[in-house]
Order: sequence, then C-alpha cells, then structure tokens
Amino acid sequence: MNPFSYARPTRIDEAISLFGPQSRYIAGGTNLLDLMKENVERPKQLIDITGLPLDSIEETADGGVRIGALVSNADLAWHALIERRYPLLAKAILAGASPQLRNMASTGGNLLQRTRCYYFYDSTVPCNKREPGTGCPARDGLNRMHAILGHSEQCIAVHPSDMCVALAALDAVVHVSGPQGERRVDFRDFHRLPGDEPERDNTLAEGELITAIELPAAGYAEHSAYLKLRDRASYAFALVSVAAALDIDGGVIRSARIALGGVAHKPWRDDAAEASLIGEAAEPPAFDRAAQLLLQGASGFEHNAFKIELARRAIKRALAEAARGTAA
Amino acid sequence: MTEASANADGIAICSITIKLNGEPRTLEVYPWTTLLDMLREQLDLTGTKKGCDHGQCGACTVLLNGKRINACLTLAIMHDGAELTTIEGLASEDGLHPMQTAFVTHDAFQCGYCTPGQICSAIGMVAEGRAQSADDIREQMSGNLCRCGAYPNILAAIEAAMPETRNRVGVFEAGASADGHDGVREVKP
Repeated sequence: MNPFSYARPTRIDEAISLFGPQSRYIAGGTNLLDLMKENVERPKQLIDITGLPLDSIEETADGGVRIGALVSNADLAWHALIERRYPLLAKAILAGASPQLRNMASTGGNLLQRTRCYYFYDSTVPCNKREPGTGCPARDGLNRMHAILGHSEQCIAVHPSDMCVALAALDAVVHVSGPQGERRVDFRDFHRLPGDEPERDNTLAEGELITAIELPAAGYAEHSAYLKLRDRASYAFALVSVAAALDIDGGVIRSARIALGGVAHKPWRDDAAEASLIGEAAEPPAFDRAAQLLLQGASGFEHNAFKIELARRAIKRALAEAARGTAA
Repeated sequence: MTEASANADGIAICSITIKLNGEPRTLEVYPWTTLLDMLREQLDLTGTKKGCDHGQCGACTVLLNGKRINACLTLAIMHDGAELTTIEGLASEDGLHPMQTAFVTHDAFQCGYCTPGQICSAIGMVAEGRAQSADDIREQMSGNLCRCGAYPNILAAIEAAMPETRNRVGVFEAGASADGHDGVREVKP
C-alpha cells in the first residue's frame, strides 16, 4: 500500500468538503483495501465515513424502506423487515462473499465494488479500465467470467455484486450527496455500460457520496427467487445469476422484474422481456420467451460462450421457482 | 484518537486505544497499518495468521466487537475504541474455550495454519445464531479455507461445541429475534 493521510469526519457536508482529486471514501474497506494492496488504487487521502450517521434502516412514508449506506451487508440481509418484505434482497446478499466480509462490507460500498477481472487486478498488464487506452487482454485471454451482454471493444468486464442484481430488480433508488447538493438516481441509471469509457463504472460525479438506498413498497415477497450459478457451491463470484420477481393473480402474471448478474458491466434488465410476461400464464412457454428476449444480442468469447445457454436455462429456472413461491 | 506527529504530506502516526483480549491497549499506528499487521508485527500476537492477505482464506479471522471479520482487510486506525478478541484471548483460567477443546478432541486440523481463524470464525458464527444444521455450518464457514482438507473434522468439532459456545457467547439480537433462539443477549467472546 502507498502512504496516505486519513480523516474521520462526523458530518456528511464535512466529508464531502474534505474530498480532493486523489481522495477515496472508505467504509467497510473490503474491496478498496484489497485494490490498494494490488496498487490498482493509490489514494493520497482516505476519508473514513464510518462516523457518519448513515447506519439505520427505516420505513418510508410511502411504504418503502430506506437503508443507510453504512448498514453492513450482514445486518441488512438479516433485518426482520428485509427478510419479511424483500426476501429477494436478503437471499442475494447471502449468496455473495463470506460471512466475515458481509460483517464489514457496507451497503453503499457494495454498489461501488470494482470488477474482479484478472487483468484489471494485475497492474503489470494493460487494462482499459485501470489505465485507459492501454488495451484489453481479456478479449483474447482468460475470459471465462466475462460479459456476454453490453460489452465494448474496450472492456468485457462484469460487475461482481449479487446485492445489486436484487436492487436492480426491485427498482431501488440511490440517494447521493455531493459538492452540488443532493440527488436521487434510479438504480438502472447508477451503473453504466463500458462503451468508450470503461474506467467509469457508474454515474457518480467526483466527490459524490452514497447516503442511502431506498426500496419502493413492492417487494415481491410472495413470488421471488435469486438463483446463482458458480464454479463452487459457496463463496465464489457468479458465472450467471438471476433475480426474478413476479406478481401473480390466479395463475396470470400481472407484473415481472428480472435482473441478471455476472453477464454484463451492470445488472442487466430488459423492459421488453418483462413486458412480454404480463398477462401470460406463469408457465414455461412464457418464461422461455422472456429468456430469449433478455439474451437477444448476447455474444461470448473463447471461454465464456457457454454462459449464453447457461443464462437462458437459469432465467427459466428462476422464473419457475419464483412462480412456485418464494423459498423459505 | 490523537495525532502524535505529522510529516510534510500531512501523514500522521495516530494513537488508538483498543480493548484487546480484555486488556486496554494504546498503540501508535500508521494510517495504512492493517489490523492484522498491527497484531502480528507490533504486538507479536502471531496466533492470527496471514494466509492470502486478500480476504479469501479466512486465516486472519478475529472477533471485532464480537463479530467475525478478516483482520487483513481493515485498517487499525479505523477501530479506535473497539473490542478485539484473537485466538490468544479465548482461553481462560478454567482452560481452553470449548471450541478450542472440540478442535483438539475431533482432530480438526493437520498443519494447523488455518485453525485460529477457523475457531474464531466458528465462535462468531455461533453468536450470529443462524446455523441450525450441518449444511448451514458448511455454508456459513465457507469463508475459512483448509488446504489440508480437514473439513469433516472441523464440522464435527463445531457441531459438538455449539451448545456450550452458545451459552458462553450469547446470540446477537438480530439473529436471536429471527430464529427463535432464547440465548443470552450480552455478546462477549
């Protein structure tokens, strides 16, 4: 790790005013410190935000829930309100990382974790995400874990989070504070596709700080499923994951949300695929059509083309599981 | 926390006070000193192991305010005022902690390098109160790797020590309320 200075503000405005060109906010630190050990991140200043009052989970006036950015992944997954009303979120969180990491990692930090692309992590090789313009060795290299949707010439990395896949499906809203004031960002607009700027994972401006995640009232508690497929049974990143949420009345689908993880630079949603399910019987033919639509335009590389068929089957299975009813 | 000194770049060595294995300790640390390096290099508490140094193996697991964490992935400076328990702090005048005894009884190790982390993690898991079956224990201990492959005996040791450990450490409020445990509320290792 390179030397850096350290500050621990107690107010949000104080934290934001301390932020300079080479600053990083730190909360759980489980990804940032790892990146600093690898010299991928070399901040001159760490601003420790764990003293800010952002660690509560509260119901909102319109029946939703507001989650403070500093709530740990473990506390969020095991919160009675989340378990009861947003089981999709609880299950996705518990499918990620290890218990030790979930005890430290924060809600806001989970959104900001970086890809685990091997080339991004290895500072001895080129990487357009780490050093723009140097190239992408993953395209012709080890790309088993890489993207099949939304990738660009410059970058085929995937976002590694499980929690974010559920947050995308649940239409969460990200609350942000920054030098220009406060704003709310729809979850689908928070992360971005790599395009020509793979160094930008999300749409946060310099110095902006996530303060909370808000969930709308609809939690799809009766019919949701999080399916994660990976190379070992636990503590591994997804090859493909699916967050599926259905509202079903008399066997007919009234609304549907599907988000994919492990396949793109951001949690992947497709409005046409979700719309195709509305008014249909909650049965395999409709799930098959939705899967086809979600994977339209998918393309793989030497080692990950199998993920297209894997994703198709995973989508169908997750929708079938959700239709049967949320597992205990 | 007080700044003891600062260089030209504004980088300071800071003084923190933690309760380490029951004893208050005041230490001077650089901002970039991890909790793990503080334990091993400054305090000579080498029971906590450095395996991967990236949060992937669990050998550095300690109990921070009663919760299991990877000591390699957190900065000492961020834990002024915290309570920290390491493998060295588990035994008492009455002898080994029941989880330690169970690891010996069940021969739950070969080389022993992952063992301090396994034991601290298992105690943290019991305090979380979410493991009800052998499958639960396997899943919830997945953050601790054993390259000797002693997993069957590690599982047997944890299962055997769970009741006594639960009585000793209590169960966190969140875990207790959701799964019906009527365990003790106070959380101490």
